[in-house]
Amino acid sequence: MPSSSLPTSNELDATGRDLGQPEVTQPDVTPAEIAQQGRRLSELNAGLDALETTDVMRRPITAGVVRALSPLLAIAVVVLIWQFLTWLRWQPEWILPSPQGVWNALWGQYEQGLLVESVINSIRRAAQGFVISIIVATPIGLALGLVKPLRAIFGPILVGLQQLPSVAWVPAAIIWFGLSDATIYAVVLLGAIPSITNGLLAGMDQIPPIYLRAGDVLGARGLNRITRIVLPAAWPGYLAGLEQGWAFAWRSLMAAELIAVSPALGLGIGQMLDIGRQLGDMALVIGSILVILFVGVLVERVVFNPIRTRTLRNRGLMR
Amino acid sequence: MTVTTGPVADSPAEGRQEYAVTIDHVSKRYVQDGPIVLEDLCLDVRPGEFVSIVGASGCGKSTLLNILAGLDKPTTGTIATSDRPTLIFQEPALMPWLTAGRNVELALYLRGGMTRAQRKARAQELLAMVNLDRSYNQRPHELSGGMRQRVAIARALAQGRSILLMDEPFAALDAITRDLLHDELTLIWEETGLTVLFVTHNVREAVRLGQRVLLMSSRPGRFIRQWDVRIDGTRRIDSPAVADLASQITDDLREEIRRHAK
Repeated sequence: MPSSSLPTSNELDATGRDLGQPEVTQPDVTPAEIAQQGRRLSELNAGLDALETTDVMRRPITAGVVRALSPLLAIAVVVLIWQFLTWLRWQPEWILPSPQGVWNALWGQYEQGLLVESVINSIRRAAQGFVISIIVATPIGLALGLVKPLRAIFGPILVGLQQLPSVAWVPAAIIWFGLSDATIYAVVLLGAIPSITNGLLAGMDQIPPIYLRAGDVLGARGLNRITRIVLPAAWPGYLAGLEQGWAFAWRSLMAAELIAVSPALGLGIGQMLDIGRQLGDMALVIGSILVILFVGVLVERVVFNPIRTRTLRNRGLMR
Repeated sequence: MTVTTGPVADSPAEGRQEYAVTIDHVSKRYVQDGPIVLEDLCLDVRPGEFVSIVGASGCGKSTLLNILAGLDKPTTGTIATSDRPTLIFQEPALMPWLTAGRNVELALYLRGGMTRAQRKARAQELLAMVNLDRSYNQRPHELSGGMRQRVAIARALAQGRSILLMDEPFAALDAITRDLLHDELTLIWEETGLTVLFVTHNVREAVRLGQRVLLMSSRPGRFIRQWDVRIDGTRRIDSPAVADLASQITDDLREEIRRHAK
């Protein structure tokens, strides 16, 4: 126990060695005193915390609805201009069909039961290919991100693969797998995997080192280090890679369906587009393109946009 | 004691451990034949002791703490600790994808041996200890700097280690917040009986908190002087006794800094 109040210090030797200085003990305070000090301190803290934080303003729901619906305005403008051009009879119907004509073509497909089946088939193929791509791309990305020599060896190939349009694989895939589902999945995977892997790598590159150090201090090792620290810390970049991976999966699928046409493959939006081309039915061609666009936008809005917004908001990267 | 060189001893060789931390003739170079960062450091820290280490930039304070935390190894000399220490940084280093409560639970999860419900209950207790029981569901970015550092303290306590290393933990905070955190840390130390090694640039802070203050030289980092702080009663950063001793230490620190002008 510190014996006297004077002197206030006792200068010791020039090292941190214990040379028998007076017994060091905990200060002489009773639990009751600690509790009392604790109560006073918690009042102070509560006051300061209240001063230093402000309640997060919740946006009214109407603002969200307005924002969600505002892209419809752009669509309305495009359709109006399109309608106006067809009224002028600027181009013949077989070159520029009217909105009504396109609608009728799609409605015709719908009444024959072809539209829904095509859309469902295409979305199912893209979704399955996308999920397989995630399962394949994630371990590859983790391995390359965690083991530097692997990155040096395989990184450039991966970047190259990402540059390569996956349509280029269609002829090869047809020769390898014939006109089968395997061809379509091969092209989808080759389109999506490099994007997802590169996104994950970019996300891992951008992890602030302090989180990894904190993880080390907390004892995160092995699989825990990957699942509790590395992947969540890399998530924003990984998510961007997933979004791009989906986009590549979808466009690769359309290319594959358009080129690999066979009754064995069943229906798809790409096939619908090809049928339109063969029949010279411009309304069906435009209609199919619009359906492809619509699905792409729908998935971005319904799946990725909410996840991205939530991620950024949780981390304080977006208000 | 004899000079020993060799690998870091994580646990004491003998069954008896008198000191919580023993640093025995530790030196550190990052590059062979490169500059000496730490030179021949010796330090004994008793269990439950609060030791402050002050020094100017380049004294290798953070290197020393990294070695003690097991994130780095000494080039020569040995360290022995009675328990694996935990480390608090200048930045709170809270995981931004987790709420305050979940950050504490992460430490409990990695420590192991608790069910999810137990972890949650314990996390709430620890947050209450730093007066943040109402912030369980808040995200790090929604908290002030002082609140974040308090969550970091709760997270470190969750690890259940008996030695706490602190690397300038309050340097980035404003004076009022820092003052309250000093009180908070003192209370936690009194309540838990932790052994604390507290590294800082701030001499008054070192005297305000420590039972012993060590002054380090820079390039190479050596302990050049130590003071046994004997101030009875409640210490404040502006207590005359704290200011007295701090000015003595500051004189020595300035002398040491001046040496580098030549």
